[in-house]
Amino acid sequence: MAIHLYKAYRLNPCPAHWVFPAFRRIFSRHTIPDLNSELAEIIGLSIQVSGLALVISTLVGIPIGVLLGLTRFSGRRLLIALLYTGMGFPPVVIGLFVYLLLSRSGPLGGLAVPFIPALFTPAAMVLAQSIIAFPLVAGFTMAAVMGVDPQLRQQVMALGATRRQAALAVLTEARVGVVVAVIAGFGGIISEVGAVMMVGGNIEGSTRVLTTAIVLSTRQGDFNLAIALGLILLGITFVVNVVMLRLQGKSFNE
Amino acid sequence: MSSDLNPTPVYTLEQVTKVYNGRKVLEVERLAVQPGEILALVGPSGAGKSTLLRLLNFLEPPTAGCLTFHDRPFTAETEMPLALRRRVTMVFQRPLLLNRSIEANVRFGLQLRGEHDGDERVRTALAAVGLEHLPHQKASTLSGGEAQRVALARAIVLQPDVLLLDEPTANLDPYNVGLIEEIVLQLNRQPSPTTLVLVTHNIFQAKRLAQRVAFMLDGSVVDVADAETFFTRPNDPRTAAFVRGEMVY
Repeated sequence: MAIHLYKAYRLNPCPAHWVFPAFRRIFSRHTIPDLNSELAEIIGLSIQVSGLALVISTLVGIPIGVLLGLTRFSGRRLLIALLYTGMGFPPVVIGLFVYLLLSRSGPLGGLAVPFIPALFTPAAMVLAQSIIAFPLVAGFTMAAVMGVDPQLRQQVMALGATRRQAALAVLTEARVGVVVAVIAGFGGIISEVGAVMMVGGNIEGSTRVLTTAIVLSTRQGDFNLAIALGLILLGITFVVNVVMLRLQGKSFNE
Repeated sequence: MSSDLNPTPVYTLEQVTKVYNGRKVLEVERLAVQPGEILALVGPSGAGKSTLLRLLNFLEPPTAGCLTFHDRPFTAETEMPLALRRRVTMVFQRPLLLNRSIEANVRFGLQLRGEHDGDERVRTALAAVGLEHLPHQKASTLSGGEAQRVALARAIVLQPDVLLLDEPTANLDPYNVGLIEEIVLQLNRQPSPTTLVLVTHNIFQAKRLAQRVAFMLDGSVVDVADAETFFTRPNDPRTAAFVRGEMVY
């Protein structure tokens, strides 16, 4: 029985046999009339949720990474150990954590306070993804900043920089590594499925994103659609990284 | 030490000590730096010369004692106000330039001060160090001597009251050494001369540049004298040994 199922759903090893049907499937308005608008919605939500989460984690993560990289205080080692742990944290566990936090019986679930999102909303997904991306952004930023010769900060201070100006100068010197930090953060969340599935719920027209849609269509045996969605996801990641690379490249020519 | 009694020194140090990890690396009982002079700090490695220079640049506070600059105290508790801190700058032994163009490096200190119309000053400073022909070249492509000249240009463009030089020519070829020494002397011969404190373990350089010399040993200033006395009729037997090259370091 199992063998029979395997044979029935086996894909042709030649990519042409599945890539073209996949895209024909997406771009054809005749097969499923609402597919295009639904697809646009899914892509839009993916970009919005991961984009916003990336902005939040960058705004929080870069200053904390700089602080950890440039200053010495007691408890710093412990914080770095926690940060490194966070960098390898399974997203699904963070999803579970946010789920419990926001669920009706959780500590924040009963509160009707602004800025605390409800479960199964895009805002809850943004929260979960921000938590996933933050340690990546902060950790790589810290490493990049620590890679700059500590003497440089002193020489910049000697030229009359305030502490803030000196930190900014070091951050600018570390820009290649800082862009990598942001890329790592984005890569960690755009491809992430566990947490958005748990706290978003993969609700059609509301919290369905590319990764959860891929899981669903695979489960339904709609491999053409799953592959097409996967290729779109790859395309988005590629475009975003090209933009980031330009940011890195431009800074070289300053 | 009669010149130490001058009524308006730029810096005065009283009982200044600096301790790192329980080890006392600097213990200066008394030292004054006079406006417009070139003071050389000489002595063997590890004598505390560079530490003293970092204190004079307000990069680190003293552990105890008081350093005054233009009559403002700088102690373990009181910071030097930014405006005064910005009247002093330093050129280091190993210049670290920003990963930008030469011109951007020279402009950097002006930008920190919010001065955005310093084109002419940047050009003048680059011309002073003989690098006016390549303002747009990346700083990372420079040789050691050129990099040090950019470091000097980014310091003098600020027109500081005090310029601190920490072994500025230690790793350079004779051509660059001569060039940098000439610029230093010119800064001191301006109508309103820059006060210079030069750390060097090269007594010949101290002889060529300094008007006054302070000899440091194990964190303390053991002898201060005008250059001629220091080199020809040293008062202290340790100075005499150092000048004769008998001190092992």
